[in-house]
Amino acid sequence: MKGFVIKEFLHIFRDFRTLLILFGMPIAQVLLFGFAITNEINHASIAVFDKARDSKSLELQQKLTASGYFDINMQLDNTKAIEKAFRSGKVKEVVVIPPQFGKTLDLGQQTTIQLINDASDPNTANLISSYTSAILRDFAADANPQSTLLPVATETTMLYNPELKGVFMFVPGTITVLLMLVSAMMTSISIAREKEMGTMEVLLISPLKPYQIILGKVLPYVVFSFVNASVILLMAYTIFEMPVNGSLMLLLAETLLFILMALAMGLFISTVSNSQQTAMLLSMFALMLPTILLSGFVFPVENMPLALQWLSHIMPSKWFIIIVKSIMLKGLGIAYIWQETLIILAMAVIFILLSIKKFEVRLNLK
Amino acid sequence: MKPVIEVENLVKKFGNFVANDSLTFSVFPGEIFGFLGANGAGKTTTIKILCGLSSPTSGKVSVAGFDVYRQSEQIKRNIGYMSQKFSLYEDLSINENFQFYGGIYGLSRKEIRERTKTLLSRLDFLKAQNEVLRNIPQGWKQKLAFSVAVMHQPKVVFLDEPTGGVDPITRRQFWELIYEQAHNGTTIFVTTHYMDEAEYCGRVSIMVDGRIEALDSPKVLKNQFAVNSMNEVFVKLARATK
Repeated sequence: MKGFVIKEFLHIFRDFRTLLILFGMPIAQVLLFGFAITNEINHASIAVFDKARDSKSLELQQKLTASGYFDINMQLDNTKAIEKAFRSGKVKEVVVIPPQFGKTLDLGQQTTIQLINDASDPNTANLISSYTSAILRDFAADANPQSTLLPVATETTMLYNPELKGVFMFVPGTITVLLMLVSAMMTSISIAREKEMGTMEVLLISPLKPYQIILGKVLPYVVFSFVNASVILLMAYTIFEMPVNGSLMLLLAETLLFILMALAMGLFISTVSNSQQTAMLLSMFALMLPTILLSGFVFPVENMPLALQWLSHIMPSKWFIIIVKSIMLKGLGIAYIWQETLIILAMAVIFILLSIKKFEVRLNLK
Repeated sequence: MKPVIEVENLVKKFGNFVANDSLTFSVFPGEIFGFLGANGAGKTTTIKILCGLSSPTSGKVSVAGFDVYRQSEQIKRNIGYMSQKFSLYEDLSINENFQFYGGIYGLSRKEIRERTKTLLSRLDFLKAQNEVLRNIPQGWKQKLAFSVAVMHQPKVVFLDEPTGGVDPITRRQFWELIYEQAHNGTTIFVTTHYMDEAEYCGRVSIMVDGRIEALDSPKVLKNQFAVNSMNEVFVKLARATK
């Protein structure tokens, strides 16, 4: 048994690719999701077509730049230039300030600023225009504080993630995807490899009991998954300053439970596949894609068709993401997440039972 | 002498398909027993049953003195197995493979060290013990796999087409290993496709469609069928049932 675990570690350390997947992946993913895929705007380049060219319009331009969200890269002087600016791909938005802008404002009259967005990337376009609108509203309020016609300002308070940091969304998702990948995919592949190589036969003929074989195969991956999860959490904590508002112990315990569940899934996959390729494809299509697409990690579940929403309920990752968010961001205790915990526990039990059954059937038939 | 493998009226059915149709045979200590048959004749099914991997539908089967129905754990401890597929780990070194398999069979660290040394020096391969298996020629791997299979000093070794894809010289050397092992009292139960190898066996059984059609020493069989080689015996038998 001990020898078995040592052997399994040797396999992992000998195989450079496996090592890379196990350790390079989490770090790369967190950094990627943290820095690259983000919902925030940072120095988006915009152009301004200022028809007024008065002190107020300059003030507005300054305010836009000062926010840090925008860089004004181009000053346009005719309508045709707008299209040209977008075509060049250098700007994401054009702000058109009407003539007599300052005068109108001073008179306390209503004026309209036109925002033109490059909607070939709808998400970014939405974000940029809403950021701009917010700044404009702010500006209008400042410019005319005594006005009885105070512009209606909508005040939104962002709970739990006040700065709307994308990384807070992505860390729980990334942990989930990676645990799924390492636990389920790697175990299923490594068991399938033994079958493919013919070593599984020898193991079955040896005095080792089936549960010892399974434990021996699975234990190293439990360790690796756990290390991985800890690394991600540590990175989230140090690099992205993500808080852990709830109990760390609870978070780790839930992580362990989820790892168990993923391993059970991996076991199940390995019992139904006879080659590494099959195991890999099955894990990819049956685990990874649904995990990424349906768990609410990237796309909000609430906006999906009803059928897909139902489907998302059977994705263990969905529940785990809820748990992680609840603990890390909301600081909730077990009293609030026992239902989600129970669901994952039930799934783990189901998959373990299924794979034991499968494993035994296979032994008897062949 | 008491037989190591005793099979009486062994039947194994998969649904309506009869893979083993009332087999009866015995194998004695130190014997090299050739278990021949065309593909699909039911050899692998029998070996699986003898190794305790699968249980018979009916019949009496005992291996190394243990009953396959009730004592498969003890059987597993007393047999060695080497399959047609190469069964060592390619990414581990020779030493690590020996350590792993020795550990599985519950050998102590000291025993493993000593036996690895004896087995490797028998192959004249001690200097390569830290070599990763991937870099070792196929013929050597086969000999190493055999050494691993006998490391825990089993009473019976099952060799399932051990020399598949190996050149004639290495096959020759491999059979010398088998002889040496048998001489030390280990029973060898071997399946093969090479009829010249069948000639090396003490006794052979030939299976056709799930039944044992012939069982005796190669010499007697050749006389019985009035031919010069085991190859002809095999072909005659296979034709007769078609």
